[in-house]
Amino acid sequence: MIHITNLSKHFILHNQGSTVIPVMNKANLFVAPGECVGLTGASGAGKSTLMRMIYGNYLCQEGSIRIDGTEIVGANPRDIIELRRHKLGYVSQFLRVVPRVPTTSVVADPLLSIGVAPDVANEKAKELLTLLNISERLWSLSPTTFSGGEQQRVNIARGFIHDYPALLLDEPTASLDAKNRAIVLSLIERAKANGTAIIGIFHDEHARDQVCDRTIDVTQFAPKVN
Amino acid sequence: MKPLLAVEGISKFYGRRIGCASVSFDLYPGEVLGIVGESGSGKSTLLNCLAGHLTPDLGQIMFHTRTSGMQDILQMSESERRMLSRTDWAFVHQHARDGLRMSVSAGGNVGERLMAVGERHYGQIREKAIDWLSRVEIASDRVDDRPTAFSGGMQQRLQIARNLVTGPRLVFMDEPTGGLDVSVQARLLDLLRGLVREMGLSAIIVTHDLAVVRLLADRLMVMKDGYVVETGLTDQVLDDPQHAYTQLLVSSVLQV
Repeated sequence: MIHITNLSKHFILHNQGSTVIPVMNKANLFVAPGECVGLTGASGAGKSTLMRMIYGNYLCQEGSIRIDGTEIVGANPRDIIELRRHKLGYVSQFLRVVPRVPTTSVVADPLLSIGVAPDVANEKAKELLTLLNISERLWSLSPTTFSGGEQQRVNIARGFIHDYPALLLDEPTASLDAKNRAIVLSLIERAKANGTAIIGIFHDEHARDQVCDRTIDVTQFAPKVN
Repeated sequence: MKPLLAVEGISKFYGRRIGCASVSFDLYPGEVLGIVGESGSGKSTLLNCLAGHLTPDLGQIMFHTRTSGMQDILQMSESERRMLSRTDWAFVHQHARDGLRMSVSAGGNVGERLMAVGERHYGQIREKAIDWLSRVEIASDRVDDRPTAFSGGMQQRLQIARNLVTGPRLVFMDEPTGGLDVSVQARLLDLLRGLVREMGLSAIIVTHDLAVVRLLADRLMVMKDGYVVETGLTDQVLDDPQHAYTQLLVSSVLQV
């Protein structure tokens, strides 16, 4: 489902003496449907960078990323938007939303954007919010004022509301208590059973062991510094 | 899918100075394009050329009309272009005063655009006007008030209602949230986002506020000194800017 071959990237900081910072060198990674691969490596090794390259936030200089046959490297923005809507989900560490939009609408948004009827989408959003223990009295409020753990669960609900064939998870359990972490892990298990290919970053070893079929140390993709 | 708007090599000169130069892009139905850049970068000149307020010196602007397919708007007669700007197009000005008739009631402002496209039934016009005022969160008991009695944020929402009542397919926005306070901005952003999705609008938004484009625009075009220096997916341009100027622009934003 996710095919990454010979992927390389560097940043050029034009305003800081055109410094070239190589960050990735010939990365290779294949993730099958229903498989969950955990990225490991120290902070700064390039885990999140790789995620952002797959999601299309970062441009790549070389190599190929194919999601269900669609090439990301060099793709037209329109194709990436289409891919994100239908096939590629991303749960980031941060919730970025239009202020003042109620939580239910924030969660239902991915379904609305692919044309699901509002009542169906809202119903599914409420189901997920209930599952993730977000108190009903918060549903009509904007999540911008929520606690870190609550925001993260809203973000997770949003990421799991549509059955994406490919899913990227950036520390989905980072600021959650044991009970909520178990719920998130069960959501991941369920997605895997549905055939979703998942790439995740889990700092929590326990969580990683439970859901990841294998791990990849991204340090091996780090460019050699001379 | 066919583009709604296909722009090819648009240039506008003010004497020997460049307003904007060699701008080309396609805009598809339902797509929101953000144009960013500092003051004087040519973004408003470009928007005014596209909307037919200025005549570019070079280039062509093809618009997919309802009746006769792709038409070059620069070759159209003034009356055809005027009809287009009343029906399929809308223009939201930075200053609501430029887009409203200040001496006419709120309901009149909305109704006027309906009358311009041939609606004649007073009851229906008023009903539609009230419906649109409520969609932009203006209470129905304000329908007979003049916009002079409205706050800046309300005027801006009224301008949006006036523009969208005829169900346009393409909306041009020049700094739609500029000069409003942040709480009002947020409400307006939410409103615009909802309308874009509900009505399947395409929009071109000129702004210098990167947070606004992050939330509203699918694609971004960065302008400097009249030229487009970078284009791409909004997230990508903001997270991994390639051009020196874009890097400067993105890194200059104060974090809140």
